[in-house]
Amino acid sequence: MNDLFNKVKTNLIWKSMFRRDYRDNVRDRALAIFGNVFLHLHPVKVRESAVKLRYTWGMGGITFLSFIILTITGVVLMFYYHPSVDQAYSDMKDFEFQVPYGVITRNLHRWGAHFMVIVVMIHMFRVFMTGSYKAPRQFNWGIGVILLVLTFLLSFTGYLLPWDQLGFWAITVGTNMGAATPLLGYQGPFSEYLHITPYNDVRFALLGGARVGGNALLRSYIWHCIAIPLIATVLMVVHFWRVRKDGGISRPQNH
Amino acid sequence: MNPFIEIITQPDNIAIVIMILMVSFFMVWAFQQAFQNDKLKTAGYAVDGEHDQDVDTYKPLVRIELLISLAVMLFLTIWSIVVDAPLEEIANPTLTPNPAKAPWYFLGLQELLVYFDPWLAGVVLPSLIVVGLIAIPYIDINPKGNGYYTFSERKYSIMIFSFGFFILWLLLIVIGVFDRGPGWLWYWPWQEWDTHRVVFEPTRDLSTLIGIGSRTLGGFIIGAIVVGAYLIGGMVWPYKYWQKRNPELLQQLGMIRYIIIVSLFIIMMAVPIKMILRLVFLIKYIWITPWFNV
Repeated sequence: MNDLFNKVKTNLIWKSMFRRDYRDNVRDRALAIFGNVFLHLHPVKVRESAVKLRYTWGMGGITFLSFIILTITGVVLMFYYHPSVDQAYSDMKDFEFQVPYGVITRNLHRWGAHFMVIVVMIHMFRVFMTGSYKAPRQFNWGIGVILLVLTFLLSFTGYLLPWDQLGFWAITVGTNMGAATPLLGYQGPFSEYLHITPYNDVRFALLGGARVGGNALLRSYIWHCIAIPLIATVLMVVHFWRVRKDGGISRPQNH
Repeated sequence: MNPFIEIITQPDNIAIVIMILMVSFFMVWAFQQAFQNDKLKTAGYAVDGEHDQDVDTYKPLVRIELLISLAVMLFLTIWSIVVDAPLEEIANPTLTPNPAKAPWYFLGLQELLVYFDPWLAGVVLPSLIVVGLIAIPYIDINPKGNGYYTFSERKYSIMIFSFGFFILWLLLIVIGVFDRGPGWLWYWPWQEWDTHRVVFEPTRDLSTLIGIGSRTLGGFIIGAIVVGAYLIGGMVWPYKYWQKRNPELLQQLGMIRYIIIVSLFIIMMAVPIKMILRLVFLIKYIWITPWFNV
């Protein structure tokens, strides 16, 4: 057994993937972090408070994990889904009755989305309560607020996709707010001075029409699956980068 | 089935129950740590984390990340096995459900529609929430309490934030989910929904209390005076107060920061004030103008 183990580890292919052995010393513990593209997001050494659960509650990390789970389950769902009024709902029925593991994939996506919204709000609460938005982390707090809004929008744009009564009316209620925008919504104050009508206002831009229909479904789909995830990913990169550059997990200053 | 059990076990509402449990748990944990640190500090000891050493990321942090990830995935998997995501009837533009609810995290805003016109509840207030949140680090000039839980060193900022977060945001969501039924009427969670229920609740406008029609010129002027007095008074009064009590604070804040803080604060407080006016005094509008109503 040991022999086999050694053979595998001295094999050319193995060595091409894993460049060196891991021995438990300072150098290898550091290399384990910055020699790994996924782990090198971390510093080599962190403060104890980063490891103590009671300080951060791990909420930011759990939010990111939810995002990854949602990306993976979302991609799987995309293989079986057509964003068209004729097919969307029957595709949902197919998840239920035809697609292997369709039910649990959809459940994971739905409950994961609720979970991410909950967790990201608690993350904001934690960052506020520890005063971690204070200098030098002011800018990163702002990025975080925008990511919070994007999380809501991701969930909101996903609501319409099943094309059932729940999503249809939730989106109708939600986008009707757009019609009330001052100046730019046709029901909003002062909009008559800009000649705003139901056919050129904010709601029209959101829905691609004056009511929720095929264009709204397509727009939701593109925002939900491509545009917002792209924007959110870029901002997440900045968010995590700035955590490092602003000095890592916050801690008492007068140290 | 008991309506209470029915409403809290609806698949989508289970998430709200989980939210209530999680938020309560972390709220208690945060404040408990804050008070503990305050006690330590007054006793002259270091607060939690002050004497932290650096530790290796590999493996202590990587290990805990792995464990939490596994726990979260296990939790979501069990949730997904036990509860199926609902799928309602196919979308039907001719059949409006009653009530038609927005997604749950926007129900706080939908709840505000009872008290404000849509341009305020759906557009201006949410925009100000986002702007106000982003502004927090720039208007909170208190350098204390950075990097540890504390209450005594940041009393006012924590109280204001908690009021906004727990009451104006989360409580309104919970009300929207569990206490709003057909016609957006109030139903306790244990009450049966009745689609035929009509509540006759005549509302009036502020100026009609003293017998002046709210859509007359007199009503317009009264409304303008009340709204203007609230905004200007709310802007001037704290200035006068601090000038007497704590002039250094004003000095440190500066005029621009002062104006931003106070405007955000008085607009935030206008929300509960308007709610009370509506619920207790049945007042619908304070000020009616040809362009918008407040």
